[in-house]
Amino acid sequence: MADKTPRTPPLDEVQRAAGVPADEGRGEQAAEAELVARGGEPSLNVIGWSPGEDVIEVRRSPKPGPSRGAWRSFAETARGLKTTFSRFFERPATVQYPEQKVPVYPRFRGRHKLHRFEDTGLEKCVGCSLCAAACPADCIRVVAAENTPENRVSAGERYAAVYEINLSRCIFCGYCEIACPFDAITMGHDYELSDYDRDDLIFTKEMLLAEPLERTPLRREGE
Amino acid sequence: MIALVGYYEPWWIQIVKSIVIFAVGLQLVPVVLIAERKLLGRMQNRYGPNRVGPYGALQPMADILKLLTKEQFRPTTSVGLLFALAPLISILTAVAAFAIIPFGDVQNIFGTPVGLYGVDVSIGPLYLFAFGAIAFYGIMLGGWSSGSKYSFLGAMRGAAQLISYEVSQGLALVGVIITAQTLSLTGIVTAQKGMWYFIPQFFGFLVFLVAGFAETNRAPFDLTEADAELVGGYNTEYGGGRFASYYFAEYLNVLVVSGIVTTVFLGGWLLPFGIHPPGWVDPFVVLAKMAIVTFLFIWVRATLPRLRYDQLMSFGWKVLLPLATLNALVTAILVTVTH
Repeated sequence: MADKTPRTPPLDEVQRAAGVPADEGRGEQAAEAELVARGGEPSLNVIGWSPGEDVIEVRRSPKPGPSRGAWRSFAETARGLKTTFSRFFERPATVQYPEQKVPVYPRFRGRHKLHRFEDTGLEKCVGCSLCAAACPADCIRVVAAENTPENRVSAGERYAAVYEINLSRCIFCGYCEIACPFDAITMGHDYELSDYDRDDLIFTKEMLLAEPLERTPLRREGE
Repeated sequence: MIALVGYYEPWWIQIVKSIVIFAVGLQLVPVVLIAERKLLGRMQNRYGPNRVGPYGALQPMADILKLLTKEQFRPTTSVGLLFALAPLISILTAVAAFAIIPFGDVQNIFGTPVGLYGVDVSIGPLYLFAFGAIAFYGIMLGGWSSGSKYSFLGAMRGAAQLISYEVSQGLALVGVIITAQTLSLTGIVTAQKGMWYFIPQFFGFLVFLVAGFAETNRAPFDLTEADAELVGGYNTEYGGGRFASYYFAEYLNVLVVSGIVTTVFLGGWLLPFGIHPPGWVDPFVVLAKMAIVTFLFIWVRATLPRLRYDQLMSFGWKVLLPLATLNALVTAILVTVTH
């Protein structure tokens, strides 16, 4: 079957047949120039292209006779059986998900978190809406309000009175995190975000500010 | 222990035996099901089902329960009666074929001699092939009466495959029958006292095993239900209990072929090195040997990819059939010369 398909001739044969000189760099240019001179459009030069160092050479042995072929198919079947049998004694590669979890990398982009200043306890978010502007999925809604001396919520002039992320629309691209000038919003590590109701996936400011349940293990150094 | 070939018990023992055999078959199928899924899983570096019951042992129960509680429906293009009948034929022939597998010799149970087999038919292999031939009506009618082209294609493939491999399977047994000089399966077992037939009949054993894979529509010959091309083949339109019957019949057929291989080539209830256990051990010996052959079935399924249709046909007709014929011929000549 495979033997009947026309085998690709070696590169140098193709070049010789096409009259391309062995020096391929020059030959490529010459062929291109010739092509353009003849009125053809310069195109991707396939003949002058070299696969380079990392080409895998396929060597085909001569076609086996009936007895050799029978023996070969028998031996290959036996080899396959040996492979599956040895797999039988290996440990399964399965991660038993709800019980075992794959640790995430530190830069894994999971559910968002809003942050406070650790010393003063004020919110870092000043309600500038840059995250909402950066969001390609348009899932962040920010309504800003003025801080007053008696009601001081954030460190800046204004604060986010409403801060909602619709996680059923979020694509976890992390642009909000990049856009934020105060590092008020970051992507956390939580990826277990399924819920029974779409409305429950609209996370409010209180939910995003709250210390999240650490449900996902973090990958340690070298793990 | 004297083999009473062609021994028939009183009618009431036969009824009890038929119930026991049906029950045993019914109990073995879920075991094979879970064993197959677990083994396939481990051979692919995964666990297989492990959620239902301890180590997933109740998974087949859950599957069957799910299938049986599903709604019975059929396509509007189907032929109603045949559509309902086809899985019944499959299951009937599988159970009927199971009846001739000898699990032991004639034993004295409470003073009554009872043969540990359903029937010891004097035409053993022919009975098997007769029911094998009817079994293919199950697939054929199921595929055709579904009124769906995928089912029909699967059934057509199944028909061609069964016909081509049945020939080699039959011829592979001819060598054994010539050597044993009997058609009774218990007779064939007792004839293996000196040496199990898979040694002198090695090619017959190989041909029978490979043809057995094809006869039971198992990998690598599962073209009738090539999921990727035929969306399930002849049983595409089946669901619920009827699909469960097909499934049941398939695995019972695996057990039947393992049983026949055990009986005919692996010495049935006989043990090597002159060990003669008491009579009640015999069924367990047979079951253990059947388990080994069934393991082989599963192992091969985990290893070999499905054949292409033309490869299947050329393998059946150009390799297996000449081998089986040659085997029968050489055996015949040797037996005639030595006798």
